[in-house]
Amino acid sequence: MIRIIDLHKSFGPKKVLRGVNLTVKRGETMVVIGQSGSGKSVLIKHLIGLLKPDSGEIYVEDVEITHLRDDELMRITKKFGLLFQGAALFDSMTVAENVRFGLERYTRLSEEEMQKRVAESLGLVGLSEAECLMPFELSGGMKKRVGLARAIAYRPEIMLYDEPSTGIDPIRADAINDLINKLKCDMGITSVVITHDMVSSYKIADRIAMLYDGEIIEVGTPGEIRSSENAIIQQFIHGQADGPIKDW
Amino acid sequence: MANLSPNGLLLGAFEQLGSVGWLFFKTMKNLFRRPREHQILLQQLEEIGVRSLPVVSLTAAFGGLVFGFQTYTGFHRYIGPGSETYAGPIITLGLAKELIPILVGLMISGRVGSSMAAEIGTMRITEQIDALHSLGANPIRYLVVPRTLAAFFMMPCLVLYGDIIGILAGYFYNVILMGVNRVIYVQNTLMYAEIWDVATGLIKSCVFGVVIAIVGCWQGMETEGGAEGVGRATTRTVVISSISILILNFFISKLLPATLKGG
Repeated sequence: MIRIIDLHKSFGPKKVLRGVNLTVKRGETMVVIGQSGSGKSVLIKHLIGLLKPDSGEIYVEDVEITHLRDDELMRITKKFGLLFQGAALFDSMTVAENVRFGLERYTRLSEEEMQKRVAESLGLVGLSEAECLMPFELSGGMKKRVGLARAIAYRPEIMLYDEPSTGIDPIRADAINDLINKLKCDMGITSVVITHDMVSSYKIADRIAMLYDGEIIEVGTPGEIRSSENAIIQQFIHGQADGPIKDW
Repeated sequence: MANLSPNGLLLGAFEQLGSVGWLFFKTMKNLFRRPREHQILLQQLEEIGVRSLPVVSLTAAFGGLVFGFQTYTGFHRYIGPGSETYAGPIITLGLAKELIPILVGLMISGRVGSSMAAEIGTMRITEQIDALHSLGANPIRYLVVPRTLAAFFMMPCLVLYGDIIGILAGYFYNVILMGVNRVIYVQNTLMYAEIWDVATGLIKSCVFGVVIAIVGCWQGMETEGGAEGVGRATTRTVVISSISILILNFFISKLLPATLKGG
């Protein structure tokens, strides 16, 4: 469903992605792990056209998206739902207005259906009572869950999660993991999850890819990653300060 | 680190010019495209127009008073008592053509331009602009177009309102405070002042409105580096748009005919 071929991206002299290659199959949950600052968020932003690569190609269902014009790209972004690391709620709108924002633009639902969908999406993340609250009245974790409700409200085919469990207590984080699995099972949603939370990774991933030094150094099932002989992966998944990764 | 050599500065200036020019081009391209954000346009019309009335009233009133005072003094001192009745057309010309458009432009760039930069800049650093894109809203169409349109339409309204307040303030100083003959003052004003004088100011104000909105949105969109970056963007918006207004004012004044009456 998504093919990333030899993706390069630099910001000034800093080379963030140095030839990323990755394929995500339809209906699978691909978890991309890597250190903070390794370019995971940069990678995910390329998938939705928020960043243009210096070189390389990205195919979404056989459409190469890196050279699309704004309006053509919008048709592709409709397939994606993106949960931002910091939730990125519109702070001038209520929770309900945030959730219905994508519905108004991506769907042709009636007013009544929209209200129902907003309530349903907020219910899925356990925030049914928060419809009328403003983002400044929410805790960090609640904002994240509203961000998730907003992203899933218009039923995207592909969900991109940027650090879904960061800033949430372990119980809520587990509930989010369950929700990611539920969306996959019930709606067949393809997911790309960016995280460095290994507990979540093992629970939700069909496959895990490790991004290191601007490249994907290994892709495998959670079992394969656990038993990988790559010292970098072993150091990362066990969270050890000593090992080949020095630049922390 | 910024390149401070002459070549580096020149290159930087062209880069900035290109960046703001590109935003202007994209804004014009999206001006008539759907979906139109009517709700935001209405909010911006209120923000730029209605909420600026107090500051424009004060600026125009005191601008008119001080201009009336200096014009009265000039006529009284250099031409002689009685000639102050000619202050009316001079005040109308000076205020409507130059002073009010510039004062209102500077006030709006401080009040509205900086607020646009701060709001969009905060949206930039909290990823709200990326969220707009991911939720199917073109950020140019959603943020920049309504602000530019609102500034384009509201600036002439504010300037026209300021003209009335300023001219009345000039009248108040000369006729009510200094006792200049009311009938001759008004007669001279109507005889020598032209609608074109007011129209020139209105044309200028449309250009200033677009400049303020585009610079504010551009600086907001380019914001980097957290709260400090937002602060920098607001300051730069006020400085760049104020200087642009003063420079453009000269060129528009030179470009437009001084009068539409022959001769």
